[in-house]
Amino acid sequence: MELQAVLMAAGGGSRMMDLTYNTRKPLLPVGNKPLIWYPLNLLERVGFEEVIVITTKEVQKMISTDPKMKLDVKMKLDIVCIQEDADMGTADALRHIQQKIKTDILVVSCDLITDAALHEVVDLFRAHNATLSMLMSKAHEFTETVPGQKGKKKTGEQRDFVGVDGTGKRLLFMANEADLDKGLVIRKSIMRKLPRMHIKTGLVDAHLYCLKKSVVDFLADNKSVSSIRGELVPYLVRKQFSKSMTSPNVNDEADQKLKKKDGNANLEIQILSRDEVLLQLTRERSCWNDHRGDMSEAYHGVRLRCYVHIMDEGMCYRVNTLAAYIEANRLAPKLFDEPAVHPSAAISVRCLIGADSIIGASCQISDKASIKRSMIGASTTVREKVKVTNSIIMHGVTIEEGCNIQGSVICSNTVIGRGADIKYCLVGSAQRIEPEAERTNEVIVGTDQLMEI
Amino acid sequence: NEGKELSKEEKQRLRKQKKQQKKQKERKNEKSETEKEKTPVSLLPPPRPVATQKAPSALPAPASAPIPVPASAPFHSSPAPSPADKPAKSKAELKAERRARQETDRAAKQPGSSSSGIKTKVPLSELNPVVKRLPEHVQVDDPAVVKRLAKKLERQQIPLRSDYGYKVSLFSHLHQYSRKAPLTQQLSIPSTVIHPSIVRLGLQYSQGIVAGSNARSVALLHAFKQVIRDYTTPPNEELSRDLVNKLKPYISFLNQCRPLSASMGNAIKYIKKEISNIPSQCKEEEAKTKLLTCIDRYIEEKIVLAAKAISKYAIEKISDGDVILVYGCSSLVNNILCEAFEKSRKFRVIVVDSRPRLEGREALRRLVQRGISCTYVLISALSYILPEVSKVFLGAHALLANGYVMSRVGTSQIALVARTFNVPVLVCCETYKFCEKVQTDSFVSNELDDPDDLMVTRKGKTQLENWQDVSSLGLLNLVYDVTPPDFVDLVITDLGMIPCTSVPVVLRVKNLDQ
Repeated sequence: MELQAVLMAAGGGSRMMDLTYNTRKPLLPVGNKPLIWYPLNLLERVGFEEVIVITTKEVQKMISTDPKMKLDVKMKLDIVCIQEDADMGTADALRHIQQKIKTDILVVSCDLITDAALHEVVDLFRAHNATLSMLMSKAHEFTETVPGQKGKKKTGEQRDFVGVDGTGKRLLFMANEADLDKGLVIRKSIMRKLPRMHIKTGLVDAHLYCLKKSVVDFLADNKSVSSIRGELVPYLVRKQFSKSMTSPNVNDEADQKLKKKDGNANLEIQILSRDEVLLQLTRERSCWNDHRGDMSEAYHGVRLRCYVHIMDEGMCYRVNTLAAYIEANRLAPKLFDEPAVHPSAAISVRCLIGADSIIGASCQISDKASIKRSMIGASTTVREKVKVTNSIIMHGVTIEEGCNIQGSVICSNTVIGRGADIKYCLVGSAQRIEPEAERTNEVIVGTDQLMEI
Repeated sequence: NEGKELSKEEKQRLRKQKKQQKKQKERKNEKSETEKEKTPVSLLPPPRPVATQKAPSALPAPASAPIPVPASAPFHSSPAPSPADKPAKSKAELKAERRARQETDRAAKQPGSSSSGIKTKVPLSELNPVVKRLPEHVQVDDPAVVKRLAKKLERQQIPLRSDYGYKVSLFSHLHQYSRKAPLTQQLSIPSTVIHPSIVRLGLQYSQGIVAGSNARSVALLHAFKQVIRDYTTPPNEELSRDLVNKLKPYISFLNQCRPLSASMGNAIKYIKKEISNIPSQCKEEEAKTKLLTCIDRYIEEKIVLAAKAISKYAIEKISDGDVILVYGCSSLVNNILCEAFEKSRKFRVIVVDSRPRLEGREALRRLVQRGISCTYVLISALSYILPEVSKVFLGAHALLANGYVMSRVGTSQIALVARTFNVPVLVCCETYKFCEKVQTDSFVSNELDDPDDLMVTRKGKTQLENWQDVSSLGLLNLVYDVTPPDFVDLVITDLGMIPCTSVPVVLRVKNLDQ
């Protein structure tokens, strides 16, 4: 087997607590499908037959029991539960399933919605025998107004600095603005080997990683690493150019004994595979080099290599903020070609449903309702003369007559009283909006949630 | 096994003779003055008529008679293409054929005896050697062949790679692929049909990460080792037969990624022979370790030790004060030069390079890193630099059975100009690259690389960016060419230093050994 897929679905959605306090992030509806469906669909389209899903007990129960959350995937899902309050990072989760991992892995996050060609990422991983291969995309500005946002958007939010080489494929440098105190520090060893580096900001990390099995074994030994993106990836990128990585001599026993003492350097020994002699012979005889202008061999003799595929076009969203959630709802329907109106929905003849709206299963849309550019969840009731524009309505919502909902997000099981006028609001789960209410640009959640900081 | 093969061959032969007779009867009905020309065509095996059809439209029809000459394998000493045939038998057959043909020609010259001439020809067709079909990769412009290939790939569950771009008409019978459309686009991730190390190898071939005859063979054998390690015999199957069948789709896949080289072909033949020679009562683990050691031994003998032997012979030919010219990046020639430098011979090297591959830069780097003083020129400056040169060392991709050297495109130019300047040309080649193919020109069988490689961006402008829109423009990126043996003075192999024309002897000796 070549690759095992691991789907990380235990995240809490800490940046959109208003949405996720009742519905867990993997089950948030996007385009009337649960968020977790999108990465699963991606893996299924590409050809995976089995996925290891790491999630919490709650989500597992919902996936298996709730008929509304029909997952519609044909792959075999091996669901591993972890304790919700254990505060496990992604790397901790990998360590937890180390026994199941027999080969190289492809780690995907549950909030990734993309139509990227995965073979580009995996080809880099295969062709260059890389230790890490990841996917990034050019960030798009979110154009939709985010409900409940007061004031200007925070600019200069923690940027990521990504350094790549001339070809744009080899990952040389990765740091987050938060980790840099005074300025960007680039080691001399990198500059000596690769004097031309392109540093890019404004890239979205898709959190899709191809990792070698030796990295998982390394994680098992080094319990201090807890997050893949936060700690493991920068560590691997830094380790490429550290001194211990470039010894060309395979049979240097003294070197190896020294390195066994240093726990961190275990990674190097694990990267050496069987038949290293043959691979070295191939490299010597092959007339290929990945750079030119200096006297060193291909890859500068570096064994640990990290690669990145940066997508120029195409869709790539990580649904971890409210703005991203809204944007994703706009564009996600392009990924699947199911009919916009679910066949089981009861739509009355005289209502007006725009072309880019999606109506979920078992909905009831009454007369003279007007729905434009919106997402209506399953089992929702929309009464007469309701105008819904640019909004996301989750399942189980009841909207009484005469309401006007614009640019808002209404979470599941809410009741909007008649004649209410909701503009750019975020209404939490199981709320009741009183009739004739007029709310603009507010976040309406239950009082118990107001305590969360 | 031998007995079964022979009878199969015999059956094939009988079938083909019947076909031949039918064809001759058809031709008898046609009225043509050039009966003399027709007779040699009908006597010799069917590939000849196929070859005359395949002759590019550029060549005029009356020249059909000279065309049989290039594909004239039977005229040479041993019909190596048909290994089951014993050499002595077919030699006698050929002699009989030739004698009979001379008699018929003489008879045809006499008036009124043309009919008797035809009658005597019919029994001679039964002495034809076994027929060889043209390989599929040189018949790309024939839609029937392409369909057959597509069907075969579908059966093996391997995606078909589609050709890219406009092909120059003279080479329209060859495949031309684009590097931007890798075969893995159509494969599933993770690959289940094809072993992952083979997918990795195919990618490395098509992207040029593993390039060079020796490197490709070593990488191939390394991948086969992984395949053998991960192999388990299914129940009711024998390892010796099932493993060979398992390897067939992998080889098709690698062929789709990049056409196989002659050295790879010989390595595959060796492995298949070793696998089928495993006795049926051998346990699986034992068989696997045996195969793995066979592969290691093959690499050690044919590549590593051969390189050492060739260096030893070649160093005798390098004297102090020599100016050696090398072309492109041949791993063997670089090896020789580095060894000679270590044995403190005083010489300097001129590295000749050519676009679009510019492999000479890598050769230059390796030599300069050792401390050898080098000069670097492009091939257009060859005749300028040649008066300084005392010897030319060339590497080879394959050595063909008629003594021609198949190597990187540009090698024949180097040999030609060197011959004009009376500079000795020495070709270094290991014996495992010797091939039973016969070619006298670079058109019939070659490899077309990605035409987009010819585009170059200078100062932000790419002149050839929209070459596909210009209907009268075709980009040709050839990979190989053949050098005639008249231009090569010596071939240094691990068996010693031999003249170019002794290659068939080596092949015959190898066949007898096996």
